This record gives sequence, C-alpha cells and structure tokens, in this order.
Amino acid sequence: MSKKITERFIEGGLKLSASLTILTTIGILWVLLSESFIFFEEVSIVEFFTETRWTPLFESKHFGIMPLLTGTLLTTAIAIAVALPVGLTIAVYLSEYARPGFRKSVKPMLDILAAVPTVVYGYFALMTVTPALQAIIPGLSGFNSLSAGIVMGIMIIPLISSMSEDAMQAVPRSLREASFGMGATRFQTSFKVIMPAAFSGIVVSVILAISRAIGETMIVAIAAGQQPRLTFDPTVAIETITTYIVQVSLGDVAHGSVEYRTIFAAGITLFVFTFALNTISFWLKKRFRENYE
Amino acid sequence: MNNATDTLIPAPRTRVTDLTQRSHTARRNHLIDQTFKYLGVAATFIGLIVLAYFIIDIAIDGIGRIDWDFLTSLPSRKAEKAGILPAWAGSAWILALTAIISLPLGVAAGVYFEEYAKESRMNHLLEVNIANLAGVPSIIYGILGLEVFGRLMGFGESLLAGAFTLALLILPIIIVATREAIKAVPSTLREASYGLGATKWQTIKWQVLPAASGGILTGTILSLSRAVGETAPLIVIGALAYVPFVPSGPMDQFTVLPMQIFNWTSRPQAAFLTNAAAAIIVLLLITFIMNGIAIYLRNRWQKNLK
Repeated sequence: MSKKITERFIEGGLKLSASLTILTTIGILWVLLSESFIFFEEVSIVEFFTETRWTPLFESKHFGIMPLLTGTLLTTAIAIAVALPVGLTIAVYLSEYARPGFRKSVKPMLDILAAVPTVVYGYFALMTVTPALQAIIPGLSGFNSLSAGIVMGIMIIPLISSMSEDAMQAVPRSLREASFGMGATRFQTSFKVIMPAAFSGIVVSVILAISRAIGETMIVAIAAGQQPRLTFDPTVAIETITTYIVQVSLGDVAHGSVEYRTIFAAGITLFVFTFALNTISFWLKKRFRENYE
Repeated sequence: MNNATDTLIPAPRTRVTDLTQRSHTARRNHLIDQTFKYLGVAATFIGLIVLAYFIIDIAIDGIGRIDWDFLTSLPSRKAEKAGILPAWAGSAWILALTAIISLPLGVAAGVYFEEYAKESRMNHLLEVNIANLAGVPSIIYGILGLEVFGRLMGFGESLLAGAFTLALLILPIIIVATREAIKAVPSTLREASYGLGATKWQTIKWQVLPAASGGILTGTILSLSRAVGETAPLIVIGALAYVPFVPSGPMDQFTVLPMQIFNWTSRPQAAFLTNAAAAIIVLLLITFIMNGIAIYLRNRWQKNLK
C-alpha cells in the first residue's frame, strides 16, 4: 500500500515539474502585458505604430516603434540573405552528395558556429568585419547593420543547414531511385525532386532562423549602433528592439517611469513576432511529420 | 529514418570518356552536377573558415595580454591593470547555481513526458508550450527575471536572480534532451525490470535513468555552455558591469565573463579592446571545452547503448 502511495507521490512531483514550464509562459505574458498596459495608457497605441521617431530617452519624447522594427527587420534580412543560400547548399550537399561518414563528422563541427557566444560574434562584427568592409564600401559607418547582419548570418547557418538536411533525409529513397532511373543527375534530383518534397521542413528551418535573428541581441547591440532610424540603408547605424532594451537596462532610468516601461512595450512587440513565427513553424512541422510517418 | 540514404545506391557516375558520345545536354548536366559538388564542399567549410579566421585574429590581439595577473586581478579603470577574476568567478557561480536549479526540474519534466504523460489536451498543451519557450528570445527571459526574480521575489541583482533566469532559459533544452535520451533506452530493459517485480518508479530510477544518463548529461552540458555565454538576460536583470570583488554567496551582486567582454568592447580605448580579446579567448576556451566534453560523452554513450 505504501509503495503505491510513494509511486503516486512521485508521479505528482514529476507532473508538477512539467507544469512549471507553463508558469514560465504565464509569467512572461503577465509581466509583458501588465507593464505594457500601463504604458499604453500614457502613450496611444496609434502613436506607437504610426509615429516615425523613437526618442523616449530624449527631452522631446516620441514613441514610434517603427524605427526599431525596421532596424530589426533589416539586420534579420541581411542575416537570412547570408545564411539561406549557404545553409541550403550545405544541406543539399550533406544529404545528397556527401558520404554518411563525412556527414556525421561535419555536423558537430557546423554546430560550433551556433555554440560561440554571441558577445564574441559582436566583437568580430565590430573589430574585424566592419573594418574589412570599410575598405570596400568607403561610406560605411563604424556601426552598421551590414556587418552585424553578415556575422549573425554566419551564426545561424547551422540552424538552417541541420534542419533542412534532416527534412531532406526524411524524403523516401524511392523518390531518389525513380529520379535516377529517369537519368537525372544528383543535382537535378536534389533540386527538382528532394527539395520540393522536403519543402515544408526547409520552410520550418528558415522560419526558426528568422525568429532567432529577430531576437538576437549582443551582435546588434555591439556592432549595429544605438540610433533608432527609419531606414533600410545597411551602411548606417540603426537600433534594433533588442538593442534598445539593452540600452535602457544599462542606463539609469527610474523604475516606474514611462521611459522604463518602454522596454516592456518593445519586449511585447518582439515577443509577438517570435511567438507568431514559432507557432507557424510548430504547426508546419506537425503537418510535415504526418506526411512521412 | 535519418539514415535513409546511407544504403542508397550511388548516383550514376559517368566516366569522362563516355561523355564524348553523350548529348550536349547530358554533358552540361554532368558539369552542373560536378560544379555543385565543389560548391557544396565550399559552403560546408566557409563558415568554419571565417570563424577560424576570426579566432586567429582575436588570438593575435589578445593572447599577449593573458597572464597570471590578468586571471587573478580585479577590474580597474586602468586597462593594463584590469583583470577578470570577478568575471570568471561569477561565471563559475552562475554555472553551478543554474545547473543545480535546472537539472532536477528538467529531468523530472522529461521523465514525466516520456514515462507518465498520456494523450490529453493538457499534455499536448504542455508540449506545444515547451516548443514555444525554446524559441523565446533570451532577452525576454531577462525581462521576466527582472520582474519576477529581481523585484517580486526580492533577489535584486544577485547571482540567484541571474541563475534562476538562465535556468528557465535552458529548461526546454534539458527537457528535450532528457526525452530523447529516454526514448533511446531499449524497451527490453524496462520489461526485464517489470518482470522482476519492480514498480514503475523503481524501473525508472534503477534502469531507465542510468541508461539514459549519458544523453541527459550531454544535453545538460550543452545547455550550460549556452548559459555561460549568455549576456543579454543578465544585462536586463541588472548584473553589474563593474564588480571590484569576488562574489562569496548566492545573494551577492556579480558580473560574468560575457558582461565583462561587452563592457570592455563598448569602450573606445584600444587597451580595453585588447582586454576584451583576451577575455574572449578565456570564454571561448570554456565554451569549446564544454562542447568537446559533451560530444565525447555523446559518442561514448551511443556506443554503450548499442
């Protein structure tokens, strides 16, 4: 009898630990929503989305999130422009060309790219990539979205390559055999048969990479600058949502002031974007699994 | 499933001599195929080559700065006197506290999902939630930690507030690693244990968890290596940039290596940038050693499981 009680007790404890994860989500939502709610009582939500200046820390305050959003999207777009072609090429090569032994030894090596702390990548972007790019692009500012985006792209290569490769590996081999039987080369098979078949898996990897790039903080905080600017010019200093949160956290803004609450408004904007992307990718992944298993 | 192409018949390789008899299109297709092969090799290594270049560049900048004094000195306003003692001591504290908080929770949750959870809406919701948490930007965890651990629980800017924040951040990774490791344990092991009259928990405790421990440990070390490299959430909870003392307890204020690096990188003087490069070498060493141990453990564990 007592054995049964112990078993029950342990199961309850384990379930409690699992349920704690939902508390994390509730905590995040509660913190972001409750503080943003007060923020939006002081600043109209229309101004938040239509105003083109973001200057909460200045004498003349404007609360338009647009410059931070464009900054975030700009660095993300540059990162994806670097990581997508490289990551997909790697995925096709490892899945369709390389020997299994080579694939097994290379994958953990590629993972190193994602394991390097982002503050280190930030240093690289500022100290190595920007000076190198300045030699090619004369007008390049010391802080710019171009070098931050490129370095961020290098960091997320393994995210795209690894998940896309898994998706291609999951394509049934009968499809390959049929394609080879028709006299197609590996290149034709990869791009006309395997890629379309693995498309949803590839899309999932790209969506997760975009979500990662949007939330990335230290690279852009160090190398992209702290100047909220409504521009898509990659050569000038900008500011991302994440950098702004860092900037306020480092300064001495009084707790409870409207300046302080801007980080929650910025935070919830960031959260909504990444949450939407993660949800789409989760849903796609579920559908894609059902296709093959 | 992953090895679908392992046994695949090799794609047709045409000999160069055959090509003269083949049509122009076939020759072109073969050429494209071959070109892509080299492009693939190049793409595979370009990221690593760039990273290697970065690291060599940093080593040249910083290696001369690393000496015993640098590792054992407090930070200073004079760059040549500054050291990283509080930073790496803080990182060590954070590493230990985060592990103590996140490991039991993560393993318990992972065991629940694999061994106990039945198909239900609640469990489905929990699983979707964990997948989502894994994708929440780390800086958002910082905001959560600032309000909940810093203010609500009153931990302020202490090591404990930082460790709880990072523990929540890596919890999804540990849960997923635990689940994968438990999945890999052969069911014969469980059946034998049940056959001997063991209860469910006895089976898990004495058979499943020991067999899965290699995989769990690998996942935990990888997630802790991520925690050691995190900067943004700690900035948000208010970790200090200038800490002229070594923390002696979990309620002390602190800094960590990445914070120190960020602080030095934001300064205009070249001497501080040299310090940043030197500190980066130390941080990279820690990261690579942890990753190396994890990969080694994984390989050994996978061999044992077979």
